[in-house]
Amino acid sequence: MDRGLVIGGVIFAFLLAMPVLLPIVGAEYLTGLLIKAMLLAIAAISLDLIIGHGGMVSLGHAAFIGVGAYTTAIGLQSGIEEIFVLLAITLGATGAIALVTGILALRTSGVYFLMITLAFGQMIYFTLTSLAAYGGDDGLTLWSLATLFGSDIVQDGRGLFFFVFAALLLTWIGVWRVSQSRFGRVLRAARDNPQRAEVMGYPVARYQLIAYVIAACIAGVSGLLLVQYAEFVSPSIAAWQRSGDLIVAIVLGGLGSRNGALLGAFFIVIMEEFLSSFLHEWRLIYGPLLVLLVLFAKGGLNDLLQPTSREAS
Amino acid sequence: MLAIENLNKSFGALRVTRDVSLSVSRGQCHAVIGPNGAGKTTLIHQISGVLRQDSGRVLLGERDVSHLSVWERAQAGLGRTFQITSVLPTFSVQENVATALQAKTGSSLRFFAPAADEAALNDRAQTILSRVGLADRTDLPAGNLSHGELRLLEIAIALAGSPKFLLLDEPMAGLGKTESMALIDLLNDLRADFPILLVEHDMDAVFQLADALSVLVDGEIIATGAPSEVRENPQARAAYLGDGA
Amino acid sequence: MSLTLFLILCLNGLQYGLLLFLIAAGLTLVFGVMGFINLAHGVQYMVGAYLVFAFTGLTGSFWLALVLSLIAALMIGLLMEYAVFRHLYARPHLDQVLATFGIIIFLNELAKVLFGPATLSIDTPELLSGSIQITEQLRYPVYRLATIGAGLVVAVGLFITISYTRTGMLIRAGSTTPEMVSALGVNITQLFRIVFGVGAMLAGFAGVIAAPLFAIEPGMGDNLLIVAFVVIIIGGVGSIGGAFLAAILVGLIDTLGRSLVTELLGLAVDASMANQIGPALASMLIYILMAAILVFRPKGLWPAKGVA
Repeated sequence: MDRGLVIGGVIFAFLLAMPVLLPIVGAEYLTGLLIKAMLLAIAAISLDLIIGHGGMVSLGHAAFIGVGAYTTAIGLQSGIEEIFVLLAITLGATGAIALVTGILALRTSGVYFLMITLAFGQMIYFTLTSLAAYGGDDGLTLWSLATLFGSDIVQDGRGLFFFVFAALLLTWIGVWRVSQSRFGRVLRAARDNPQRAEVMGYPVARYQLIAYVIAACIAGVSGLLLVQYAEFVSPSIAAWQRSGDLIVAIVLGGLGSRNGALLGAFFIVIMEEFLSSFLHEWRLIYGPLLVLLVLFAKGGLNDLLQPTSREAS
Repeated sequence: MLAIENLNKSFGALRVTRDVSLSVSRGQCHAVIGPNGAGKTTLIHQISGVLRQDSGRVLLGERDVSHLSVWERAQAGLGRTFQITSVLPTFSVQENVATALQAKTGSSLRFFAPAADEAALNDRAQTILSRVGLADRTDLPAGNLSHGELRLLEIAIALAGSPKFLLLDEPMAGLGKTESMALIDLLNDLRADFPILLVEHDMDAVFQLADALSVLVDGEIIATGAPSEVRENPQARAAYLGDGA
Repeated sequence: MSLTLFLILCLNGLQYGLLLFLIAAGLTLVFGVMGFINLAHGVQYMVGAYLVFAFTGLTGSFWLALVLSLIAALMIGLLMEYAVFRHLYARPHLDQVLATFGIIIFLNELAKVLFGPATLSIDTPELLSGSIQITEQLRYPVYRLATIGAGLVVAVGLFITISYTRTGMLIRAGSTTPEMVSALGVNITQLFRIVFGVGAMLAGFAGVIAAPLFAIEPGMGDNLLIVAFVVIIIGGVGSIGGAFLAAILVGLIDTLGRSLVTELLGLAVDASMANQIGPALASMLIYILMAAILVFRPKGLWPAKGVA
């Protein structure tokens, strides 16, 4: 049996047991932290589809979390409360914006793509800060949250935990299946050697665009769930530093691997919690840690757990 | 099968392709030779669509493909190899070929079923690998192959696109004597099924394989005909063959 | 909108544009010559501002602080090159992004620890305080004019260096055909170091002259960095001339846009609507410009010569 699948299965089983285990050890306050980690993991897994599998280094991914969150917030403010309706609107909005920016950004590749996604991300960020009716810079507190078929079960506590858990599980399975499908194979071929893929008869940019839109939509979903969790939305979730965090997560975890983005996201959230518990200025450690990671470590956490995984993917 | 009509291409003031015309019919292997910098690879690039010609036409069968993009020409049946080896290094040998096969068999916009489990693709990939002599390398990452094996994989990938026509850009480049001879045998075998345009430096290979020969100098075809005729052509000898063969 | 206000906005736009140029110049050269994507370049701008703040406090003289800050900015740039960046030139862009991102996080936090999270400011140097009468209705601060002058002087100096000196020739060659430069037997390591140091110093200089004008705060360089990327994309990567023209263009469009878009929209739709959409649209203008240029001139408006 595939080791990646086993490790992933263990992680999910562990997560699933948390709502039962945490109250026993008196650590219920960690539920929020876990939800935060799962939301980051959803976005990171989606980014891994374009960076890890697609080889397109996007530095604007957090902007789609922002689009998803704001679409949801605006929907809630306008009285739409059913979570699946909000989901449909969120997917539509993030998908449309990703389609337009993706078409433009994919006219280029490599480092130009990086700069352009960064710039579009920043454009979205500034657009969100100038939405005066929805809080502008300061953000917006939401007094009503989404409901699941009219019930408030997905608004906090275990209900929300399981809902986010389900979303993460679907993302984890879905993105991996996509990456191993015919479509994903073309995407990975284009990462390895775009000219070769083109000469094989594939319109590479179209495949990359589809991947970009899929990834943006998933990030949008994590934005929706973030609103539901935080009961608050502000432009800072779309800042380019958040895109940087996502990249850190997937590189830390191991690019294009089954569990890399998942592990990386959890690692970051836990590390932040841990470092900041004894040093308020924890970023003084975190920054140099990243530099050292790049200079001396390769392959990420996933490789540590799975020394033979490189060949397989 | 393939016809090029009055192809021209310039980079700034430099004319790299001057009024080149040639045609290759079914069952034929047409070789293009010429000194370094004569514009051979530029010509291949224009035929495969990597570069766009300034004027002239490229016809594949009856179809004018001059304004199609690279991938559209590949879909139309133009297979090519690269002078500098170009494969998918992290893919296994078999998956390299299967990926090329996939382009011609069914839609690649399938998002859920694992592609590696498609027995039909894998079997056909295996058949092609056997034909080029890489059957025992199936599961190796392509990045781990030797140079000679990579040249074979290039050809396997091109064959997997079920081409109507093959463009081979210096397939012998960097090969040792035994490897070259094996490759010549392979190409001789392929010639029956695919018309070939062969750009090659290795004169032994050219004279063993080619039915027709064109000499390209400074972007211009200065002689064309059967290999034995061209060999006797004084212009061609002076420009190229005289100092090499 | 009076003509006077329009002129003031143009001058402000020009000044912003020159500031952008000082940052974009180093960024585009470092990228053009070394293929190195340095996200931490914007941090050099912040470092410059904090340096001049600290040195002014220590010495009491802006001018002395200016000189000391430039030297220190150069040293910090060279130190970072030596300790981190030179190991990354041959690495994939993703590694470069990650490492320079780590440096940003570190330096922003360090600034917060050393100087506190609140915004700081320094006074305009006495010599350049006050304002002068330009036209009958237009008075403009001397210091702002001086920064425009300084920006132009640096731009001209850079232009001459790149066009007429041997180092400049190598830099130009390096940004179009890097193989060529190493084939010539030039000491690439040293060339890289020079380019990097100068780039860091220019960004530091931008921070120094911006310090009396804007709030000094942690992270102040981050947004400017992204605008500098927009400048590079518009101007064409690796091209100093392109960076200059694009920086001025972006500076003017952004400054004028923020004041004029809402007003112009007010002519087309009702005022409350205009107030809603105006600011959002204004902040998008330069990105829309960038997108348009990507569609029509993917290589930028004035690409470095030799880029086919």
